Amino acid sequence: MTALRAAVARDEARDGARTSPSSPVPARRRGGAWWVPVSVLVLASSVLVAVTIGPADLSVAEVARSVVTHLGLGGLLDVAPPERLADAMVWQLRLPRVLTAAAVGAGLAVCGVVMQSLTRNPLADPYLLGLSSGASLGAVLVLVVGMTALLPVAAFAGAVAALVAALTLAGAIGTITPTRTVLAGLAVGQLAAAATSFVIFWSATGDSYREILSWLMGSVAGSTWTSVAITGVAAGVLGSVLASTGSVLDAFTFGDTSAAALGVPVARVRWLLLVGVALLTGALVSQSGSIGFVGLILPHAVRLLSGARHRLLLPLSALCGASFLVWADTLARTVFAPREVPVGIITAAIGAPVFAALLWKGRRAGVGGA
Amino acid sequence: MSATTTSSAPGPLTDDTARGGLDAARVSWSTGGRLILDGVDCTAPAGAVTGLLGPNGSGKSTLLRVLAGVQPPSEGHGAPSVRFGGADLLGLPRRRRARTLALVEQEASTGLPLSVRDAVLLGRIPHRSLLAGDSDADREVADRALATLGLTAFADREVTTLSGGERQRVHMARALAQEPALILLDEPTNHLDIAAQLDALRTLRDLADAGVTVLAALHDLNLAAQHCDHVVLLSRGRVVASGPVTDVLVPDVVDPVYGVRTEVLRHPRTGRPVLTFSPAG
Repeated sequence: MTALRAAVARDEARDGARTSPSSPVPARRRGGAWWVPVSVLVLASSVLVAVTIGPADLSVAEVARSVVTHLGLGGLLDVAPPERLADAMVWQLRLPRVLTAAAVGAGLAVCGVVMQSLTRNPLADPYLLGLSSGASLGAVLVLVVGMTALLPVAAFAGAVAALVAALTLAGAIGTITPTRTVLAGLAVGQLAAAATSFVIFWSATGDSYREILSWLMGSVAGSTWTSVAITGVAAGVLGSVLASTGSVLDAFTFGDTSAAALGVPVARVRWLLLVGVALLTGALVSQSGSIGFVGLILPHAVRLLSGARHRLLLPLSALCGASFLVWADTLARTVFAPREVPVGIITAAIGAPVFAALLWKGRRAGVGGA
Repeated sequence: MSATTTSSAPGPLTDDTARGGLDAARVSWSTGGRLILDGVDCTAPAGAVTGLLGPNGSGKSTLLRVLAGVQPPSEGHGAPSVRFGGADLLGLPRRRRARTLALVEQEASTGLPLSVRDAVLLGRIPHRSLLAGDSDADREVADRALATLGLTAFADREVTTLSGGERQRVHMARALAQEPALILLDEPTNHLDIAAQLDALRTLRDLADAGVTVLAALHDLNLAAQHCDHVVLLSRGRVVASGPVTDVLVPDVVDPVYGVRTEVLRHPRTGRPVLTFSPAG
């Protein structure tokens, strides 16, 4: 291709003759890799500070002392052992909850990015497309029959079933447009939510309303170290796998044909990534219920910082998603204290207006064209 | 006309074709029992601009997609073959194929806030590991492609804020960043104003001069007459004629395909054919 290079070099001379930009739109900030360390710091301090907030206020020092001791570094760093009550609060109650929120937030944000890019649908999100509700239904079904060990598997199966149902339904209406996909996802999601409520009522115990709410609206209340392990491993392992697919997702920017022309095996990649998303959603929802809008808002917000290239967008969305859900959950348990609201109410309160704004913004780009 | 108007005879084979050009034979494609491409034979010599012509629905876009390997051909008239410079394009691994040829689609769009430079950098994907980021070499190639298309000043703009002509240039720059030896374009002049159309065609000419094989589906017969070296005329999924512009763009060939009456004038400066049309009958 040296001949081409020569021609290209020759052409640079005439570059100046072409028109200049047609309207003065400010250039987008580029690069922004330094947002990653910033978000890591924000996340770390968010976790520490969020743990101090609650009915009994603790100091950051107390939290740090408890964490250091439990990590077995107490002797090494010469830290005095924490006071027992504060320690129990940090280690048994608050830290598992905050870490679960972080893992769920990170995972949902990654799922949102992947779904939006694969379907070129700015409205795609595991909640809006019904995956979360499907996963909730699967989870509730095995809990009712007492097969707790199958929880993540059932949640995954529910997420896949919902995904297949939503895409099939959207395809059956006609060309798969973003709006149709969301409508189909809403239908599937509502059905799964109704089924979930029904199953819980059928097996009613005293607290079924609370339980229904926490599955349908999502909640990380009562998270244990087991929840941290499941969501953390899922978000860590699957999230990293999904996050490593940056270039592949970039190739989908201008659609399937474009991706294929860039050498991407479109059908296989789509299938693998959607299964990955369903697995991750299933694992997260099995611990937190279906928390909405995290996968919708975070990618859009982060694109404003990082641009649309996935190598930066994916890890940054994960980090910001984690911090976002940590604070959303902190709000959920403090705003109406001593009452607690499901964290999904907080994310919906923030996410629904964003969703509306996206619909409004996309009305000309055909996003709203059903 | 007999040498150029049968569907089975390939276009004129020059030495260049044998060395580097595109040579497709027996390409068929059907969907839902409907035959969209019916045993197409077509060639595009290296270092030339070949126009792919035909009325709406004649199969131009489909042919380009099959040639690009985006859509596998179906068996129709024996085993289809798509060769380029002696290599079997259909049998090439995807990524190698993407380093050999680039496809510029019609109106590929995105709703994502991607900068022009990032959009052009997408063309480097087949040249590096899927896990790797842009190398300095990648950025250099992309910058050259931007410069070639006169997009340097737009590099940090968002693709979605550009006009149709500017967007078309972005797609062509992305194709150049793939450093292809063969470039396939689906109506690259569609929806462009005349100056932008001429710009696009001048870029294709420069590419051909640099040794690239260019095959472009075009709607406008006069643009093809002025700017192409060879043309392939499709009608209902078959090649009706192929060869030099002056052989194919004649009333006997054009009239039945488009259902019009054609008169051919000479361009006063270039001496190339200029076609005017009136209703048939």
